[in-house]
Amino acid sequence: MAEIKFTKDHEWVKLEGGVATIGITDHAQNALGDIVFVELPEAGRDVAAEEAIAVVESVKAASDVYAPIAGKIVESNQTLVDDPALANSAPTTDGWFFKIEPSDIGAIDALMSEAEYAAFVDAL
Amino acid sequence: MADSNETLLETPLASLHRELGARMVPFAGYAMPVQYPAGIMAEHLATRAGAALFDVSHMGQAELVGEGAAAALERLTPADVQILKPGRQKYGLLTTRSGGILDDFMVANLGDRLFLVLNASRKDVDSAAIEAALPAGVTLKRMPDRALLAFQGPAAVSSLATLAPAIAGMRFMDVLAVEIAGIQTLVSRSGYTGEDGVEISVPAEQAEALARALLALPGATAAGLGARDSLRLEAGLCLYGNDIDETTSPVEANLVWTIGKRRRTEWNFPGSERVREELDNGPKRLRVGILPDGRQPARGHTPIQVGADVVGDITSGGFGPTLNGPCAMGYVAREHAADGTALDLMVRGKASPARVAATPFVPHRYAR
Repeated sequence: MAEIKFTKDHEWVKLEGGVATIGITDHAQNALGDIVFVELPEAGRDVAAEEAIAVVESVKAASDVYAPIAGKIVESNQTLVDDPALANSAPTTDGWFFKIEPSDIGAIDALMSEAEYAAFVDAL
Repeated sequence: MADSNETLLETPLASLHRELGARMVPFAGYAMPVQYPAGIMAEHLATRAGAALFDVSHMGQAELVGEGAAAALERLTPADVQILKPGRQKYGLLTTRSGGILDDFMVANLGDRLFLVLNASRKDVDSAAIEAALPAGVTLKRMPDRALLAFQGPAAVSSLATLAPAIAGMRFMDVLAVEIAGIQTLVSRSGYTGEDGVEISVPAEQAEALARALLALPGATAAGLGARDSLRLEAGLCLYGNDIDETTSPVEANLVWTIGKRRRTEWNFPGSERVREELDNGPKRLRVGILPDGRQPARGHTPIQVGADVVGDITSGGFGPTLNGPCAMGYVAREHAADGTALDLMVRGKASPARVAATPFVPHRYAR
């Protein structure tokens, strides 16, 4: 099973077959509350690392979702667009946001491990 | 992010909120529960379906005592306070000399005195303004030693009536001193959710016992400020500081109904010149309800355009759980204020289509 990496913006990144799947963490969905709308990037778009490329809105507030790594968007999760609450109920599985073909796969190694992310969240 | 080091006041229910697992946030200088573990959506829907308890003890409570108290209060508001019968309450505005809104408030006639409920963020400003306008013999008595609980929803009154049967006989905007579970309270049949329900003023030291008695009623649940905000937005009710403030007039805010008929012949309230001019010639802008066409919420401060022209902005906006879609209110230039007018909401720089729509978005269910 592929190792899951994490960002300080509370996204998870899972690399499989040269494509990184990205979503928001359980901590993020819990902090946001009931998610009612997502706006996801178009497939084919080139994105820079840390660029705001998606939006997630809960009943209470709107937040940006960032590209954790540079690359090209290969797919966005249309099921999530139709049922944004999946980001609450299944943040790390069916509630994924988008897939990126990384320009530099090595950039993923620099992200936090699960243990590092857990420590990061604890320190917040 | 709020500064967690600032000293926040607590309501008498602070330990109950923590026990219930509330997420506390700073609001108007108080640590308040924004939600409990169920979440805003569930708390909102539970209020519309049954009965929910809100702690609104941060709000200001005060009594105005003395001969001519009602006439004295009219020095600060266009509401007809003198017409208010004993046991009745009304909603009104405190206005500024330039015709803005100093605050919105509730006033009840308790027979020998008036009872006021003021916004938490404005209670100090209001009290200073009221005291400065009072004649000799009328005094404002602030009541920081009282808590305020709102118990709201279609089942709230029938459920509460099992503890205090007299409440079932009250109409919308009635007030009554009544004992609930052995605690002496002041109940008003009113609220800020669009639902039937009550607000209950209670001595601070008995607030937790009362809250526990209400939460023990069948079907009752705790709800936080998050649900309170989405409920009042669906009900088309203004939030001071967002939808009304010292720059907005009662006419612009579409709250002309709060101006008493007699007051519109006397024109002796603060800011009456502006109000009269706007009633005669029409205001430049109006507060309206706005329904986005799609699923995307538009929040406060979102610019509103018609074509390339900015014609106003959103003052409150979000997702309505009962509406199951986004809803908002805001100010638009009067020529764009008719129901059905097409608008563009500039959400993150992109035009999102919307329409002016009648409020409330979810029908009120008051016990009139």
